[in-house]
Amino acid sequence: MIPKLLYLIPLTFFSFITCAQDKNPVNTNHDYEVVVTDLKIPWGFVFLPDNSMLINEKEGQMIHFIDGKKTLIEGVPEVYNRGQGGLMDLALHPNYKENGWLYFTYASTEGEGDGGNTALMRAKLKDSKLVEKQLLYKATPNTTKGQHFGSRIVFDNEGYLYFTIGERGERDVNPQDITRDGGKVYRLNDDGSIPDDNPFVNKPNAKKAIYSYGHRNQQGMVVHPTTGEVWTHEHGPRGGDEINIVKAGANYGWPVISYGINYSGTKFTDKTAQEGMEQPLHYWDPSIAPSGMAFITSDKYPGWKGDLLVGSLKFQYVDKCVLKDGKVVKEERLLDGLGRVRTINEGPDGYIYVGIENLGIVKLLPKK
Amino acid sequence: MLPILILFLSMLSCNNSKTKQNPQLKKSIERGATVYEDFCMQCHLPDGKGVPQTYPPLDNSDYLMNKRKESIKAIKYGMSGEIIVNGKTYNTAMAPLGLTDAEVADVMNYITNAWSNKNLNMVTVNEVSKIQP
Repeated sequence: MIPKLLYLIPLTFFSFITCAQDKNPVNTNHDYEVVVTDLKIPWGFVFLPDNSMLINEKEGQMIHFIDGKKTLIEGVPEVYNRGQGGLMDLALHPNYKENGWLYFTYASTEGEGDGGNTALMRAKLKDSKLVEKQLLYKATPNTTKGQHFGSRIVFDNEGYLYFTIGERGERDVNPQDITRDGGKVYRLNDDGSIPDDNPFVNKPNAKKAIYSYGHRNQQGMVVHPTTGEVWTHEHGPRGGDEINIVKAGANYGWPVISYGINYSGTKFTDKTAQEGMEQPLHYWDPSIAPSGMAFITSDKYPGWKGDLLVGSLKFQYVDKCVLKDGKVVKEERLLDGLGRVRTINEGPDGYIYVGIENLGIVKLLPKK
Repeated sequence: MLPILILFLSMLSCNNSKTKQNPQLKKSIERGATVYEDFCMQCHLPDGKGVPQTYPPLDNSDYLMNKRKESIKAIKYGMSGEIIVNGKTYNTAMAPLGLTDAEVADVMNYITNAWSNKNLNMVTVNEVSKIQP
C-alpha cells in the first residue's frame, strides 16, 4: 500500500503546479464604471485632445468613441489577424495638437514570404479617415507563427519613439541576434529615422533601430513619471514574466537566462543570471501573463500615487505594485475577476482607464 | 518504477494502434500538434487540462468530444458566451485564431486524439470548410 501512495506524491505536486494561482490579496477599496461597452480585445487606446477616445480592436477595427457613440475609422491598413497578432497599440505624438501624428502597430503581411510580422505606421486622422499614412517599420521575416508580436509604443520625454517586437515564436533564433528582428525594444525618431546615438548604429549588419535585446514578448511599456526611464514588462515562459527598465544596448537575457521553465514543465536553461545580461526589476512566478502598464501619477486615488499598475490576462485582474528602493514590495488585485486585462492608461483627467477583453473600457474609481 | 513504465508503454502502443489504420489521420495529428503548440497551449496547457474557471479542459472534455461542430466552429471563428464543460460553466471568450481550414482540421484531429481522448472519425478540410459562423 505504501509504495503505491508514494506515486501519488509527485502526481499531487504536478497538479498543484498546473493549478497554480498567485497569492496576491484582493483589494476591494475601489469602485469602477464601464465607460465603453461591447469591446472584444481593446488592445490599445488613447485620449484625443477633445477627450474622445481612439480604440484599437485586435481584429482590425479602429474605433473613434465620442459622446457615447462609436464610429469606425476608415483607411486602417489590412491586418494579419492570426494568433496573438492583429491591430495592436496606439500612441499620439507628444505634439499631437500641433502636428496630428498618430502612431500604431499591427501585424502585417507586407513583404516577401508567407505570414506576417509586426509593423509600425503613422498617419493623421481626417474626417474619420486615416490619411498621410507612412509605414515607419516592418519587421522581417514574415512567419505564420502565432506568437509574440510585442507592439507597445511610447514616447520618452526627449521625443524618441520606443516600440517593442516579441521574438515571434523563434526563441533560439531571434532574441540574442541583433542582426534579426524580434525580441527587441526599438528606438526611432518621430519620423521613423534612426537616431544617431542608437547603440548599434555602427555594428555591421545590425538592425540599427534596436535599442535593447534578449526580450521575449513585451506587451507593456510606460515612461516613468519622474525618472523618465522606459519601463517594460514581458511575458516569460511558465514562471518567468518580468519587469525591466530599458537601457541602451543592454541584453535582457532571453532565453539564456530566465526564471521560468517551458510550458510543458521541462527546463531550457539552468541559469537565472549571467555576466553581461540584465536582471529583471521584478519577476512573477506563477506567471500572471502581463499586458498593459501604467503609473498612477495623479492624486485621484489616496495613498496610491507612484504605484505601478500591470494587467493580468491569465488571472484577470489589475496588479497594483507598490515600489520601494527599486523593488516591488507589495502587490494587490484591483478590478479582480472582471476579465482578461489587456491595456491600462492614465487619462488626461488623472483617472485610470483599463481595457478589459469582452467587456470594454473601465474607469477605476476611488471608493466613495 | 516498473508499473509506471508499463503504463507508459501501454499508452504508447495504444496510441499507435488507434491511428495505425489511417496514415492520413496520423499525419494530420502530427501537424495538429504543432498548431496546438503555437496557438492553444498557452491557455489550454500542455496536458490539455486548461485552467480552472478560466480556460476549459480539452482532455476528457465532454464538450469537445460530443459537440464536434461547435468545437470546429469555435476554433475556426473564435467563441464567446457561456459554455458548460464537464458540468462546469466557462465564460472566457476565445479570440478568432486566424487558422486555415486545414490547420483547424489538423488541430481538431490532434486534440481529439491527445491525452486520454480518442476519435477515429477524422475531421477533414472539407468538413471544416462547410462550417459557417
